[in-house]
Amino acid sequence: MAKTTDSVALNDWQAVGNVAEIASGKRRNTRLLGQDIIVEMDGDRPRMFETNAAGGMGKEHPAQILYGHVWTTLGTPAKPPIDMPEFQEDGRRLVSCGAVTVRASPLRIVENFLDMSHFPYVHTGILGEEPITEVTDYKFEIRQPDDELWATECSFFQPQAAASAEGGQVSEYMYRVSSPFVTVLYKTCPAVEGAWDLVGIFVQPRDEGACDVHTFMLVFDDVSTYADLVHFQHEIFLQDRSILENQLPVGLPLSPKHETAIRADGSSMLYRRWLRWKGLTFGTFQDDEDSQAA
Amino acid sequence: MITLYDYVLSGSCYKIRLFLSLIGQDYEARPVDYYPGGEHKTPEFLELNPLGQIPVLQDGAVTLRDAQAILVYLAGKYDAARTWYPEDPETQGAIAMWLSFAGGEIMNSSAARLHDMLFYDFDIDKVRAAAHAAFRVLDDHLTDREIDGGDWIVGDDPTIADIACFPYVALGGDGGILLDDYHAIRRWMSRLKKLPGFTVMPGIHAA
Repeated sequence: MAKTTDSVALNDWQAVGNVAEIASGKRRNTRLLGQDIIVEMDGDRPRMFETNAAGGMGKEHPAQILYGHVWTTLGTPAKPPIDMPEFQEDGRRLVSCGAVTVRASPLRIVENFLDMSHFPYVHTGILGEEPITEVTDYKFEIRQPDDELWATECSFFQPQAAASAEGGQVSEYMYRVSSPFVTVLYKTCPAVEGAWDLVGIFVQPRDEGACDVHTFMLVFDDVSTYADLVHFQHEIFLQDRSILENQLPVGLPLSPKHETAIRADGSSMLYRRWLRWKGLTFGTFQDDEDSQAA
Repeated sequence: MITLYDYVLSGSCYKIRLFLSLIGQDYEARPVDYYPGGEHKTPEFLELNPLGQIPVLQDGAVTLRDAQAILVYLAGKYDAARTWYPEDPETQGAIAMWLSFAGGEIMNSSAARLHDMLFYDFDIDKVRAAAHAAFRVLDDHLTDREIDGGDWIVGDDPTIADIACFPYVALGGDGGILLDDYHAIRRWMSRLKKLPGFTVMPGIHAA
């Protein structure tokens, strides 16, 4: 496919690479919203170009560094990328876990990230375990003026809630979706009483049915090695990958007739509505009836 | 104590984790920041394995690289019953043939997975075709074995040949290599998943 015409997706900031990897001299040839792009570092300055017909550098677009990643846009964003003041806090470790390609709609990655009900079945022994499968009531809302989706007061029993966790704990969660492809969760930190650990995914939408998922953790943990932390995150994310790649239809259906109405799926329902209100189409499922209605 | 230099997403490391679990042998995993850190290419790691590959196993004075070599060692040393790597030359020869296949032709499936998942620069059509050709050879062999009343790649019991071949066959889907047409392979995988001590990895689900 060619570059999308979806202005909602175009006029937004997306993460397209890990600074450490690009800075080490590896120019990143990748793809964003159906457009081949080149990402590189010019000294400390990130740059992004559309790949031209000859495979060289075409039109340049804005790029900036935030949270260990290069962020860029093919359009004119009305608001800046997600604001996470926790990155300024002392004592936290940033673990950039690298990108993994998934043959699935970028929207399905975010929706799966918001879903707690799959923990005992997909992340058995880590984020959940049968017979404790109930998702207790939580709150979900769109917060203005930032236009972000939040789900709060979430909790789940977890046998191995974090790399450093010893024994099970009931983890408290808050989920935050700041833009259609950017989401972060705040989770009870096993090491520091009252603190939240952050785990986030910056989904780089390559095509309607393919994306690169950049994951990070921002945690209080003086015990685990860097490799311990990366492995913990990779194990969880790759448990999801094979399931995400088999979800049908490939696009995420936004039409109300496809909505599930059980309470545990509240954040998913709100995510789909919020995307519909924005008018996002990239990565969505369009059946004939939906297109006629639109 | 056995130390395994390990990466959670590596099918080759999983061969060792799976085998140690099947024989009930304790070990210590030493996580290697393979991706995105590239720790396996650092001078410290190259001293351990100049090929810059995982897994590496240390056991006392023994340091071994190559999943197949490690399986041979562990089966010889820690499987007292010697069913996983029997001592007769006929069986050992047949096992060695399939170990080589596991470290050779089947690794095209690993290449497809690294391409599709972690941006490795392989000719994806070529490695997928080569993986399918390898899977066809294994599927035909397993079909012949079934006709002769055999459940496993070599002999009457599961051996390290089964363990060496299993991971990157089971992970085929990660690299876009579907197993729908390999009926004998699928039956063999479901038998293997029912072995006591079987353990999973991301992308490989329990029976």
